[in-house]
Amino acid sequence: MALKIIESCVNCWACEPLCPSGAIHEAKPHFLIDAKKCTECEGDHADPQCASICPIEGAILDGLGVPLNPPGSLTGIPPERLQAAMAEIRAR
Amino acid sequence: MLELKVINDNPAPSKKGGCSAGSCGSNDEQMSHLPEHIREKVYNHPCYSEQAHHYFARMHVAVAPACNIQCHYCNRKYDCANESRPGVVSELLTPDQAVKKVMAVAANIPQMTVLGIAGPGDPLANPERTFDTFRQLTEKAPDIKLCVSTNGLSLPECVDELVKHNIDHVTITINCVDPDVGAKIYPWIFWNNKRIHGRKGAAILIEQQQKGLEMLTARGVLVKVNSVLIPGVNDEHLKEVSKVVKAKGAFLHNVMPLIAEAEHGTFYGVMGQRSPNKAELQALQDACEGDMNMMRHCRQCRADAVGLLGEDRGSEFTLDKIETMEIDYAEAMKKRAVVHAAIAEELNAQAARPAQKNDIPAHYRPVLMAVATSGGGVINQHFGHAKEFLVYEASPAGVRFIGHRKTDLYCSGGDTCGDADTALQTSIRALEGCEAVLCSKIGYSPWGELEAAGIQPNGEHAMEPIEDAVMAVYKEMIAAGKLDEAPALYGAGNAA
Ligand code: SF4
Ligand code: SF4
Repeated sequence: MALKIIESCVNCWACEPLCPSGAIHEAKPHFLIDAKKCTECEGDHADPQCASICPIEGAILDGLGVPLNPPGSLTGIPPERLQAAMAEIRAR
Repeated sequence: MLELKVINDNPAPSKKGGCSAGSCGSNDEQMSHLPEHIREKVYNHPCYSEQAHHYFARMHVAVAPACNIQCHYCNRKYDCANESRPGVVSELLTPDQAVKKVMAVAANIPQMTVLGIAGPGDPLANPERTFDTFRQLTEKAPDIKLCVSTNGLSLPECVDELVKHNIDHVTITINCVDPDVGAKIYPWIFWNNKRIHGRKGAAILIEQQQKGLEMLTARGVLVKVNSVLIPGVNDEHLKEVSKVVKAKGAFLHNVMPLIAEAEHGTFYGVMGQRSPNKAELQALQDACEGDMNMMRHCRQCRADAVGLLGEDRGSEFTLDKIETMEIDYAEAMKKRAVVHAAIAEELNAQAARPAQKNDIPAHYRPVLMAVATSGGGVINQHFGHAKEFLVYEASPAGVRFIGHRKTDLYCSGGDTCGDADTALQTSIRALEGCEAVLCSKIGYSPWGELEAAGIQPNGEHAMEPIEDAVMAVYKEMIAAGKLDEAPALYGAGNAA
């Protein structure tokens, strides 16, 4: 199985140097994972490195097409709390 | 030895730090926690002396794209917000390209003395690219000082490598020393091959920052600390940060405003976190930075600009242009040395100028004035050409530099002038709190609008030294009875 970078990638370069398999490369319009090289970091790291540093929710999918960083996972604010959090922040 | 005038109209501090008049005493106090060798470096520094800043230039190269933490005021599409203006995107260079560009600029702009790496991500999260650039420059262009800015996460492990190069100073962005505050600013960090969320991540980041700061100051490296002021998150807390970092030897604590706009797509921008207003910012800057006014010009660096204050010659040094340049750096270095010596002489002459007596009764309130300059310490820029204004405060104690106000150019000439009106409004907003603006020339229509906004335009001091002109205008205002009236916009909360 292999991970996949999709179009919401902002080309921030964070993932590229971390990949133990040399599977990630810069491309237009966004970075890509070579599915033949990606090992999902098996044997190298407990967590897939690209998905552990990617700052964009939803930009990296697993082999089944499920985002590894779903909505709310990186901001720390689950979607159902978004309105309340916004009100809190706006009151500052 | 170059001895700079660091406080307006006061004599340069002597080695003992003795200084007789004005705000110099408090300045001395702020610096007193610093070891002598660091104090010396700061006083004579092209980046930190307001005076020298008009004569020297620095530049940045974008060689470090990746970042290892997430700040709520950044969305990765633009350069790191800690060190540059929001919304700026720099062209990413390889270390070889960067070295070539720096040497091309240094050969053509001899005033360029400091090279910084500040992004677009975190330089120390890209150690190979950053240190390859530093290694080559230390070897090929030993007359250029190097500086680097970092979020601090990887700093402790990089200290040994950093000190091998021509490193002049390091900037660490420290927004908090309390993990509970940190959890509201940093949603996660990448640490030991894992993503660590929330308070736990913030605690590691804080620990690394403080450790890095201690290691650097122990080795005599100048460390500046930047903090982003986020209302309702770390505003009061920054006073504590200031105490802690100064106790550990940071020579300067620099407070910058959060700039959160929804269109930048950052978490804070989208969620509606507000930015501080100018009064909040200045109150905190006064509390944290005290009267270290000589350094206030060095706030958010002009990461995208090449050249002296107020000018940008970046377009002369694009990749394809530098590719064709033949540079004999040994020859250039001789030329540069001559220029640097001439600047040192000029600065010495200025420092030697006797302090002015201005015998203004102490009850007059201070006034902020904006100045349009393209360098050289004089008023020499057209209002409409100014990309940034320098703000000075005039008071019976003298003239002191307060900071930069950036503006979008309201007039670029020709057919782009359609937007002129709204952009002029932007300029006027940028000058909020100022009661006068001094420039070499100004158009008829902006004149009227500035007046209507309570800012008196003044083109009568073109080519005069800034501080003399600001004092002259202050005296004119007093003579005209303007300061007998109720304090205008800049009355409250001022500690001068
Ligand atoms: S999961 Fe691991 S191996 Fe696969 S692309 Fe990401 S970093 Fe490389
Ligand atoms: S870390 Fe994410 S956003 Fe950045 S380049 Fe990789 S996939 Fe794209």
